[in-house]
Amino acid sequence: MENAFGQPQTVIVFGGTSDISHAVTLRLVKQRARRLVLAGRSAESLAARGAELTAAGATDISSVTFDAARPEQAGATVAEAFDALGAPADLVVIAVGLLGDQLAMENDAAASAEMAAVNYSWPVAALAEIRQRLVAQGSGRILVYSSVAAIRVRRDNYLYAGAKAGLDRFCEGLADSLVDTGVSIQIVRPGMVRTKMTTGMKDVPFTTSVDECADNIVKGLGTSAGVITSPSILKWVFLVLLHLPRPIWRKLAQVK
Amino acid sequence: MSKELLAGWGRTAPARAERRSPTSVEDVQAAFAEKRPVIGRGLGRSYGDPAQVSGGLVLDNRSLSEVHHFDAATGVITAGAGLSLDDLLRITMPKGWFVPVTPGTRQVTLAGAVAADVHGKNHHVDGSFGQHVLRLTLVTPSGVYEITPSSDPELFWATVGGMGLTGFITHVTVQLIPIETDKVLVDTRRVNSLDEVMRELKESDATHRYSVAWVDCMTTGRHMGRGIITRGEHARVSDLDSPSLEGPSKAKLTIPFDAPSGLLNPLSIKIFNEAWFRVAPVHKDRQVQSIPTFFHPLDGINDWNRLYGRRGFVQYQFAVPDSAGEMVVKAIDQLSASKVPSFLAVLKRFGPGSPGHLSFPMAGWTLALDLPVGPAALPRVLDELDELVLSAGGRLYFAKDARLDGRHLRAMYPRVDEFLSVKARVDPENLLTSDLARRLDLIRK
Repeated sequence: MENAFGQPQTVIVFGGTSDISHAVTLRLVKQRARRLVLAGRSAESLAARGAELTAAGATDISSVTFDAARPEQAGATVAEAFDALGAPADLVVIAVGLLGDQLAMENDAAASAEMAAVNYSWPVAALAEIRQRLVAQGSGRILVYSSVAAIRVRRDNYLYAGAKAGLDRFCEGLADSLVDTGVSIQIVRPGMVRTKMTTGMKDVPFTTSVDECADNIVKGLGTSAGVITSPSILKWVFLVLLHLPRPIWRKLAQVK
Repeated sequence: MSKELLAGWGRTAPARAERRSPTSVEDVQAAFAEKRPVIGRGLGRSYGDPAQVSGGLVLDNRSLSEVHHFDAATGVITAGAGLSLDDLLRITMPKGWFVPVTPGTRQVTLAGAVAADVHGKNHHVDGSFGQHVLRLTLVTPSGVYEITPSSDPELFWATVGGMGLTGFITHVTVQLIPIETDKVLVDTRRVNSLDEVMRELKESDATHRYSVAWVDCMTTGRHMGRGIITRGEHARVSDLDSPSLEGPSKAKLTIPFDAPSGLLNPLSIKIFNEAWFRVAPVHKDRQVQSIPTFFHPLDGINDWNRLYGRRGFVQYQFAVPDSAGEMVVKAIDQLSASKVPSFLAVLKRFGPGSPGHLSFPMAGWTLALDLPVGPAALPRVLDELDELVLSAGGRLYFAKDARLDGRHLRAMYPRVDEFLSVKARVDPENLLTSDLARRLDLIRK
């Protein structure tokens, strides 16, 4: 069970091999998390991540493989993960995401469809099953990775950010539907983080390391904040950016 | 029958469950027959999660609060286990009988007092609540048991302190203690250091039935742990000009809404502590106080937990053996150095523990702290205090805990497995469980 400080003991992570999500899981294991289910695309990377978590103190780790480009299978994947956990889930994390290559994909229907599937449709489908299970359980917390890019969608990443924006707004409504159920949902909006997903990209202002970002997220988990922004200053930066006149925004967000 | 969000008095980690109010033994048995996770609940005064079971069935015992028999000659009372000590005292005090043990609030049910094996300011003399219980009716998945400490000592002492995990208590018979008046004669000392507080408390083991100290955990340096020691005895008729014998009156104040979460912050708590300390007399003897003023000061305000705001608060209470007196000093030192705000820190003496497998008290010291949730360092500070408690051979109190790591369970409560084997006898399917039991991995289900 989650304790008074929002520290979970049982955790399911979808997209558990990504750098940020793994760093967060490691921190949770150092607190109270003992029993975990990691779900991801590659059994091999799941095993490697699992081994690190075991070394950090996790006692019980199972893994589930799935393909986030197949949203119609999300329900079954969620069911499999809950069964593998075999206990009430204190925290369910959705960290699936595909940054993609905007310029290479923007005129490609199949690639665009995949971007929408991974970044929007899969999480939405999975959340339907997660919602149903946690509400029956009467407790639990959901953490969904969005992005500050979802606050105002840019020219140079609208495939990714547009899908995340959809997910982000979807979760706001979902959050309201969960009031008084014992279940809650938190949205994480990280800024630019230096990870394997962003290798080769130029640092923008307020870029953080994986560790800083993970620290901010774990801190946010300890509160009931509906949105966790990392670093928190970006909340204010984007409040300004959101209200910039369109031509200025366009200029700021030009394709480099 | 309704589904609702339930939390403990600290209002952290709420969970949704179906709440039912059984009015008979049969109702409780019918609930077990559904084979869902079940736990009993009284007035919800445990701070953490022992009286909730997310997704399960919570049996509210307040529908079982009838007084079945009260003998004003012997002071033996038998009542529905949902009777609060508050209601009980309203009946028995005018006849000259008081509860043998009272926690800091009268708003606990008899079942809750048994399940947590509650203690009071007289533990060093009179032990804990369970030691005054003559008989219990316990409804379990495997049947109904009428138990006394001699008829089935194993089940009786697993139930006393067992946090409701052996069964649902429907009736309790308890031996009350005689009083001549509704007043207490109180001696107060205000001292400037923790050493003095502890020395005074230790000395009063032999001289006073009731003793307790309030300790300031936010002052560092020379006055670290300064405190106020209050000690009392029931006043006799000959002690008073106009002796009276009345039950407690109802609370007059109610906190109508949640205060902002930051209301109780390091500054406001420091100011409160300073004022609390200054207002106390340096030395005063035989001051006449009412029973509520002496035993239950916070009962005058309904819903006082709302003062902590929406984020809630945790209470940290540990017990350590007498030999570990320095550990208490170290704990308070560590706490005041951490700058984590805490107020109403209460230090008490414990006499020998009861035979309850999971009963909390052990001969020595107990310190209880109220800590608002919020400071980022708090989880770590308390984890570090756990280590201190463990190294001193101490333990935490289930009725207060909301964050202990289950890894420490068996070191703190070495008789857990003995308890579990008694539980297996009456609840082989582990239907009785709670969020506390799940969190501490006491019951894997």
